[in-house]
Amino acid sequence: MALNISSIREQFPFLKETVNGQPLIYLDNAASAQKPSRVISRMSRFMESEYANVHRGIHLLSERATAAYEHARTSVAKLLNATREEEVIFTRGTTEAVNLVANTWGRENIRSGDTILLTEMEHHSNLLPWLKLAGDVGAKVEFVPVLENGASLDLESARRLLATGPKLFAFVHIPNTLGLENPVADLCRWAAESGTTTFVDGAQSVGHQPVDVQKLGCDFLACSSHKMCGPSGIGALWGRHELLAAMPPWQYGGEMVDRAYYDKPATFREPPARFEAGTPPILEAAGWAEAIAFLNDTGLDAVREHSVSLANLAAGRLREIEGLRVFGPEIRQSGIVAFSIEGVHAHDVAFFANERGLALRAGHHCAQPLMRKLGSISSSRASFYLYNEPADIDALVGILHEAVAFFR
Amino acid sequence: MDNELYQAVLLQHSKQPRNFGPLEHATHAADGHNALCGDEISVALRLEGDTVAEAKFTGSACAICTASASIMTGEVKGLTCAAAQALAGNFRLLLKDGAGPDLPKKLEVLSGVHQFPQRVKCAALPWETLLSAMKNPVA
Repeated sequence: MALNISSIREQFPFLKETVNGQPLIYLDNAASAQKPSRVISRMSRFMESEYANVHRGIHLLSERATAAYEHARTSVAKLLNATREEEVIFTRGTTEAVNLVANTWGRENIRSGDTILLTEMEHHSNLLPWLKLAGDVGAKVEFVPVLENGASLDLESARRLLATGPKLFAFVHIPNTLGLENPVADLCRWAAESGTTTFVDGAQSVGHQPVDVQKLGCDFLACSSHKMCGPSGIGALWGRHELLAAMPPWQYGGEMVDRAYYDKPATFREPPARFEAGTPPILEAAGWAEAIAFLNDTGLDAVREHSVSLANLAAGRLREIEGLRVFGPEIRQSGIVAFSIEGVHAHDVAFFANERGLALRAGHHCAQPLMRKLGSISSSRASFYLYNEPADIDALVGILHEAVAFFR
Repeated sequence: MDNELYQAVLLQHSKQPRNFGPLEHATHAADGHNALCGDEISVALRLEGDTVAEAKFTGSACAICTASASIMTGEVKGLTCAAAQALAGNFRLLLKDGAGPDLPKKLEVLSGVHQFPQRVKCAALPWETLLSAMKNPVA
């Protein structure tokens, strides 16, 4: 079923903002998504009448806060189709989830001489923690190449490299630049044939389309609330329970400990508590749960359909601009369109667009090695989500024509 | 709007930058980059004693950065290193406050940049790279 865009747009207060007297158009969704009224009011209500620390107090507010926090865990578990709620660990976001696995599972399981397999299209967050781990333990890092213009992952190479039995394959579901979706289920099946553990970066996919960890067949998956209409500061690591149960703690402190002593080693709680030291993002969890409810009510299939069709429309019209190159496949597989324009630097494009009320991203999109390989250190990116509409693309195309005339 | 930042002279410098290209017989050089937006620039110098005899730049950068490099390489030619460093300091004031002491007329086209804090680093990058280059003899 198609989305009712005008009704959705009414639910997003940020759309009332103006820039230089013009309506604000937001095409920087791949960096972070805007928040609907019900998430904003849920968080206010939570602070007004439900807030306290979780899992500690015997009092009313602590009980309410704990219920809201654990409800958020249930919401994420259902969203991802986890078999157990305990498989969901709250983190600050995707980046922290990658670092958590690299520092716990990674340090327990990756030895000198082992191989970590990544892809050339990883965000710095799913690249640098693994490079650091590999450097520390003496492991080797290999990369599945991207094909010409970033049209696809080189699947033949992926299959061949996976057959050599790397210890870990960490890769992105939907890269933040290329407008494509990796075939996660196939990649995980090939990995499983060699006993390779899989880690999926779901930052751009969860909340933008249905994501079912059972169907994907991965071992770990990470995602962020702020990319899917929830607040920043919270995300999740999902992992298979037997893997999580065998992992040592990462950060130490309150909440994660079972018994502590002055004079002998402490014992630690079972997951997820073992990996949630200190006071967690309680308010953010309440907001995230509301964002998930909002997206479920809207329908994730329809959200995906809407964003991808806008991206296709945009890519087609952008290609008509002389000297403009769109990265990634001919037909869009996600709501992301990154491009470069000959003779016009991306930073100038983004500045020029902002003066006209349009929010675009410019730069290397936290994927420096990939952009270098594609021959473009700096590119522009338009990314679409459920509150965008075809008129946004008219504005984008008009502004780009103007920018080309101005700068070239 | 745009015209406060992108004055005609500045646009001209970005479309047809002066002193753009590799410098043969460079004695000093450095690379600069802006991790946020992806500006990359290299400055090469030929010093004769303590004087900048030639200055050129290469790289891929936005209009503000390119124009700033174009103007800078023209202005520092013939200056002693100490004078170039002093000029860099005064130029930094121009980017911060919109005015600075003893600035050649040509640099004033960049006076509008201070109103756009997110673009200050674009205009400053060539000068920072120049300062690094003066300390970095080519092996």
